[in-house]
Amino acid sequence: MRKLALDDEILLKIEKPARYIGGEVNSVMKDRDEIDIRFAMCFPDVYEIGMSHLGIQILYDMFNRMEGVWCERVYSPWTDLDAVMREEHIPLFALESQDPIKDFDFLGVTIQYEMCYTNILQVLDLSGIPLLSSERGEDCPIVIGGGPCAYNPEPLADFFDLFYIGEGETVYRELLDVYRRNRREGGTRRDFLVRAARIEGIYVPSLYSATYKEDGTIASFEPTEPGVPAVVRKQVVMDMSKTTYPERPIVPFIKVTQDRVVLEIQRGCIRGCRFCQAGMLYRPTRERDVETLKEYARLMLENTGHEEISLSSLSSSDYSQLEELVNFLIDECSAKGINISLPSLRIDAFSLDVMSKVQDVKKSSLTFAPEAGSQRMRDVINKGLTEEDILTGAGQAFEGGWNKVKLYFMLGLPTEEKEDMEAIAVLADKVARRYYEIPKDRRNGKCQITASSSFFIPKPFTPFQWARMYSNEEYIARAAIVKHAFQDQLNRKSLKYNWHDAEVTVLEGVLARGDRRVGHAILEAYRSGCIYDAWSENFDYEKWLEAFEKTGVDIAFYNERERGADEIFPWDFIDIGVTKQFLRREWERAMKGEVTPNCRQQCSGCGVAKWKGGVCIEGKN
Amino acid sequence: MKVRIKFRKYGILRFIGHLDVMRYFQKAMRRACIPIAFTGGYSPHMIMSFAQPLGIGLTSDGEYMDIELTESIPSDRAVEALNAVMTEGMEVVSFRQISDDKKSSGMTIVAAADYLVTVRGTDTVAAFWREKLEDFLAQPSVLVMKKTKRSEKEMDIRPLIYQAAVTENGLFLKLAAGSADNLKPDLVMDAFYDWAGMSREPLHFHRLELFARTEDGFITLEDAGHAIR
Repeated sequence: MRKLALDDEILLKIEKPARYIGGEVNSVMKDRDEIDIRFAMCFPDVYEIGMSHLGIQILYDMFNRMEGVWCERVYSPWTDLDAVMREEHIPLFALESQDPIKDFDFLGVTIQYEMCYTNILQVLDLSGIPLLSSERGEDCPIVIGGGPCAYNPEPLADFFDLFYIGEGETVYRELLDVYRRNRREGGTRRDFLVRAARIEGIYVPSLYSATYKEDGTIASFEPTEPGVPAVVRKQVVMDMSKTTYPERPIVPFIKVTQDRVVLEIQRGCIRGCRFCQAGMLYRPTRERDVETLKEYARLMLENTGHEEISLSSLSSSDYSQLEELVNFLIDECSAKGINISLPSLRIDAFSLDVMSKVQDVKKSSLTFAPEAGSQRMRDVINKGLTEEDILTGAGQAFEGGWNKVKLYFMLGLPTEEKEDMEAIAVLADKVARRYYEIPKDRRNGKCQITASSSFFIPKPFTPFQWARMYSNEEYIARAAIVKHAFQDQLNRKSLKYNWHDAEVTVLEGVLARGDRRVGHAILEAYRSGCIYDAWSENFDYEKWLEAFEKTGVDIAFYNERERGADEIFPWDFIDIGVTKQFLRREWERAMKGEVTPNCRQQCSGCGVAKWKGGVCIEGKN
Repeated sequence: MKVRIKFRKYGILRFIGHLDVMRYFQKAMRRACIPIAFTGGYSPHMIMSFAQPLGIGLTSDGEYMDIELTESIPSDRAVEALNAVMTEGMEVVSFRQISDDKKSSGMTIVAAADYLVTVRGTDTVAAFWREKLEDFLAQPSVLVMKKTKRSEKEMDIRPLIYQAAVTENGLFLKLAAGSADNLKPDLVMDAFYDWAGMSREPLHFHRLELFARTEDGFITLEDAGHAIR
């Protein structure tokens, strides 16, 4: 029987002890004697969130297929256990073996959102690994960062030994081989890092240095070691049918956020919304073969026993074989009482038909993401969804029996004026009006239109990376304008408006486009007690403000100025395939309110066509 | 047809709560391809009911659930199929057909439960148990404060202790269980420690078996069913 790292006294007094015991169905145990590399894969948030992440399941499966490698999982202990571990000096451990993380060869951290940065420090700290890469000895695991936030790794540069830029399926094998060779040859930690830096896609922050101009912007950013490349190239899987996929995903004992089989149908998005980082990072759009997907779906349902399957992609409606796949799933699942969930579907006749087959119309709500209220604003962000699309889709849905609609918007977008803000309420009201056009005897009581807005945060590698943000007070004022506009609407009793917290927005903005100097503030915030910043009950804005103050990091410098056309960005040394010229061109078109066609309509020359794959070669071979 | 499944819950699975055990078995039924019946309606769910939830931290050799099948499957094959998809900490012991009669299934028939109590982490008993158990049981009544969701009330638990004895493996308890009178072993031990003037140390509770009442006394829930061939 496995021995647990925590004793019964502790496990019985904390919340949800099952977060820490491992041993779940399909988790992988290996014989320590047959292993020469131990890899701890971390999602720096609580178990239920981390276990819901597809990327980790893919990498966990990939590593554990490798001979000699044992990949285990580790998540952030919740605040209750965090306190106990600190008090009793219990080192953080991996779920499978329950061995201390400190004894591993690698600690890989997937960095999915900015608000988990202090949790990364928590994981290092509880593991007994020095927070600063520069202070780590030969006995420490190599700390690797990956995931979307690794595309601007600079705020975290001091805490990681290396970053993996790109899709995980590509160069890990090479990295592990270099590690083994270095160990065989008696090389040091630094020798390994220098060798690793030569692998395409690997960025070793300690081998680069930045200088700054008087105005605070970057003057230069260069490698400090010969043989280390000045540009780090994103790694991308070009043949999606040849990559591995977890046929036996882990089945948690406790209910997690994503308690279902997740089928990734494609990577990337053809749409080119100008605020969307994922839409640029994962270009070109690459579909998985529909026959392979059917097989994966069958295997994963068999091996997990899950009662639900969900499709995953940035825009499922753009998957060319969607109809075939969905019909297959309906046939396969309905008799077995398995639910199908279809997120990110465009609302049209086909999707409404499918949804009416797979869910209870009366209970479910429809979701539209117009992102902006006015057509002018939607053109600026290149969201190719018109008012007519929304009203037609909503109309069809209402006729089909739905009466709940959710609308998602962003506030604080570039060029936004008061009319654009008010247009959010007007659009919501038009949707409600469309509902009340249906004769009373044919509709299902009142409708419920819920509009939510978040504040726009410019992200690296998007056309809006030059855009300015606003102060906390300004965000609140904008939300108030929308709130008032809702009160003026005819159907205000059927409308609801919620907005996202402004303080978190400000912080996320600094972390998203920050440089190395921002790292000092993150460290200070952590030392003053910040963790689980993504959880509103734990988020302490005052502490963060103090940390910025103390470390001399000026929020306004990062958030409240439009960046110049020639400014060197902290992330410019990374080549994601999409060129800065293309992004700049898109920024300029945005300023003129010009839309850009999607990848299937017309190639706009973003730069990734050089890889000759995915949507770039569709219909061309 | 109705089937009763007996299973063991041990090792690390003592940290999995009752609702999660249900979720665990719903998924296990699918993995093992057991022809289980579903309720009707828009969101059908498996017809599955558990006897007597086991609290977090307890282990058990005698857990039960009743399910309904759409077609018959031999007991030995079902046990094998289920155990092939179990994780360490869960083991299916038997799979038996029970009467279709409503009164014979589910929580309602549970009348008693056997437990084994040990000092946590030792597999042994505390010295005073052996010396004082007899006197403790000789009391005409054992009054304890029982907390409910709304209030606290005093009750006599002595009549609900059917049997108690110190054995080689620990303190054996046979207690009233089920929806009518239910006595948790934890409450018994609290009362025993209080009465003996000892301060409570961490204990481990292991459930051995669940019983239904018949005219001739108790029978295990398992014995109420018969093997499917």
